[in-house]
Amino acid sequence: MIKRKIEELFFKVLMILATIIVTGSFFLIVGTIFSKGVPYMNLDMITKIPGGGFYIGKEGGVLNAIIGSLYIAGGATILGLIISIPVAIYINMYIDGKKFKSNLIRLAFDVLFGIPSIVYGAFGFLIMVYFGIRASLLGGIIAVTLLVIPILVRTLDEVIRTVPGELRDAALSLGATRWEAAKVILRQIRPGIFTAILLSFGRGIGDVASVLFTAGFSDNIPTSLHEPAATLPLAIFFQLGSPVEEVQGRAYASALILTIVVLIITVLAELLIKKFSKHKI
Amino acid sequence: MLVFTLASVSLVFVIGIGLYYRSIPILNKLSWFDLLTKSAWKPMKGLFGFYPFIMGTLWVTAIAIIIALPLSIFTSLYLVEYAHAKIKRVLIPFVNLLSGIPPVIYGVWGVLFIVPLIQEHIAPHFIEFSTGYSVLAGGIVLAVMIFPLIVSIITEVLTTIPQDLKDASLSIGATKWETIKKVIIRKATPGIIAATVLAISRAFGETIAVLMVCGNNAVVPHSVFDTGYPLPALIANNYGEMMSIPLYDSALMFAALLLFIIILLFNIISRVILARLERNLTT
Amino acid sequence: MTNTPHISVQDFNVYIENQHILKNININIPNKSVTSIIGPSGCGKTTLLKSFNRLLDNTANVKIDGKVLVDGENIYDPNVEVTHIRKKMGLLSQRPYPLPMSIYDNVAYGPRIHGIRNKSELDELVELQLKATGLWNEVKDRLNASATRLSIGQQQRLCLARGLAVEPEIILGDESTSALDPVSTHIIEDLFINLKQKYTIVLVTHILRQARRVSDYIIFVYMGKIIEFGPTEEVLLNPKEELTREYVKGFIS
Repeated sequence: MIKRKIEELFFKVLMILATIIVTGSFFLIVGTIFSKGVPYMNLDMITKIPGGGFYIGKEGGVLNAIIGSLYIAGGATILGLIISIPVAIYINMYIDGKKFKSNLIRLAFDVLFGIPSIVYGAFGFLIMVYFGIRASLLGGIIAVTLLVIPILVRTLDEVIRTVPGELRDAALSLGATRWEAAKVILRQIRPGIFTAILLSFGRGIGDVASVLFTAGFSDNIPTSLHEPAATLPLAIFFQLGSPVEEVQGRAYASALILTIVVLIITVLAELLIKKFSKHKI
Repeated sequence: MLVFTLASVSLVFVIGIGLYYRSIPILNKLSWFDLLTKSAWKPMKGLFGFYPFIMGTLWVTAIAIIIALPLSIFTSLYLVEYAHAKIKRVLIPFVNLLSGIPPVIYGVWGVLFIVPLIQEHIAPHFIEFSTGYSVLAGGIVLAVMIFPLIVSIITEVLTTIPQDLKDASLSIGATKWETIKKVIIRKATPGIIAATVLAISRAFGETIAVLMVCGNNAVVPHSVFDTGYPLPALIANNYGEMMSIPLYDSALMFAALLLFIIILLFNIISRVILARLERNLTT
Repeated sequence: MTNTPHISVQDFNVYIENQHILKNININIPNKSVTSIIGPSGCGKTTLLKSFNRLLDNTANVKIDGKVLVDGENIYDPNVEVTHIRKKMGLLSQRPYPLPMSIYDNVAYGPRIHGIRNKSELDELVELQLKATGLWNEVKDRLNASATRLSIGQQQRLCLARGLAVEPEIILGDESTSALDPVSTHIIEDLFINLKQKYTIVLVTHILRQARRVSDYIIFVYMGKIIEFGPTEEVLLNPKEELTREYVKGFIS
């Protein structure tokens, strides 16, 4: 008995340690980013574009990257929604009953979700070459749209599935067409759509590999879709490698900004998801 | 609607075909076998051996899984089987927050924390000198990145195991740990495998975070403190300059194709396992 | 009641999620006989049964006070070893839950956990318990097959054999026949009647006919309280309490 108790205790301690490491790594990361980033944080950082070139210039901030990121993540999310909402409705309303077919489509989106962003980046680049688009805001939006479609579809699909079937049937039995019933459901899942937007925006704003060769990079704020655009992750990535201390500082400050933005988005999305699936952990 | 659905579903095929199409020039010049097994990487001379990059990817992924899998399994077991509801409510959101952190932030953390840690505190115990930029650094950063993925799948699988089955073992006088070891783990094995496969495919494709801490030398690593050059990092690092060198562009597309095929297969395998598991446990 | 109680519940209260599930329970369960707990669903029957081997411990937000004495030992004493308590009792749940392993390993599971490693000793034990539950002839050629391949009725008997293999003193049954066909139900009921020579058996059931067929005593529980306790025939045919009479009315007429 003693031996059994010791064994149980041993593994329980091991489990607690593992849990501390896994959850603690979050604090370690955020702590590192904050301690490095806060000293370099100032108003210029979020109100000015880099002075004298992003790689060597010591002046200015990363406004170009902030705006670029907002454009790309925002544009991709809007474009993605336009495509994803009909897809999610289609999976749930037009082919239910045919489980195999809808499950196959779901599998396809699960797989798309698993494809790494570098592949989307490379593929986005192929599309750009094909249509003769140079590295630009538009190119970045296209690549990130590809990246966020699976996220949007999966989230929307999950949310629509929580709508009780009776509601849909009720709408249909009142003589509504499927499309009208779909509108009823869309109204029902409005918070769910918001969750999907947050998740998609969060992923879009943080990704590097997809925009690396599709968006280009620029010290200026883009004024048209065909101009190259900087993004926060790229600004971090490029400026971190600079030998100039102030430029590295800009990378740390950018990392801090990105982390804060993404954390806020994730927390909001978490809260919304919790509202939707109280039965799940 | 149908059009959008078909279009986005067929994206799987379009990506595959597009990448393959662009890989044809290099495939005409060199065989699959040569591309995958040759070590010389000299684009200027037309030598494209992917072996070092494949090995770099495998090293980093293996290290990440070796670190992440046991920690994630133990964490999930603790969260589901031992932790009080209150602790669970506090801890699970942090696991989710971890999954929201962008790769580039993991990369910065790797450069600022893990790389110096290896250089100053870990490597000196084993070898004379390391810059810290190594497959080990890549593996550790990746491990942290895949924690949330593995933990979320395994906790879900564990919660679907019926309490009555656990009671059956407990009522015989087994301790909780014995029940976990002999019954729960066995029941959860397919889920653990699926989570692992999914995590491997995620680790394969991770680009930026790994690129920032691995050192990126086109040499096959022989120890955890060696530098490595995983496939995604190869694509990311060289895309800009490829145009001027013949076949380089095609070679990088081939690298993307390779990643795509492996990840596609792994994803399908794990999703099928998970779907089957869900069906078995709910009926 | 001629013999000394095997399980003695004293001033026992259970709260789950702040709801008072069991209210001031006092009962003595007689030794080596079958006692059935009856009552409408949601009245606390199963909670009472599970409190006998401390399976309630795993429920979230549970608060327990009072005593349950088994062989004179309070199983809710903080110093008591839970696994030791549970070893004394075999549990047969509503549906059979064979462990994810072979037929042989299912029965050998308990003995192995409690330290028996000797192969021939285990063989003997497995054979003994499979014979005791009438399974031996049906499965002796496929002991290494997965337990989930058995029919539901066979699985439930296997679960009983698994429980018996740790040599308990008490068998707890939680509507153990509710998932079974009539033939399997009959086999299990007969097993209970035979087993009471060696074991104290406590069953939760909502089938009054079953309660009458197998049990010596009946406890009627209503809204978390024990309303009536006595020999089977008395409670079913000549109840003292109005509530009991209402509940068994359908049975008598």
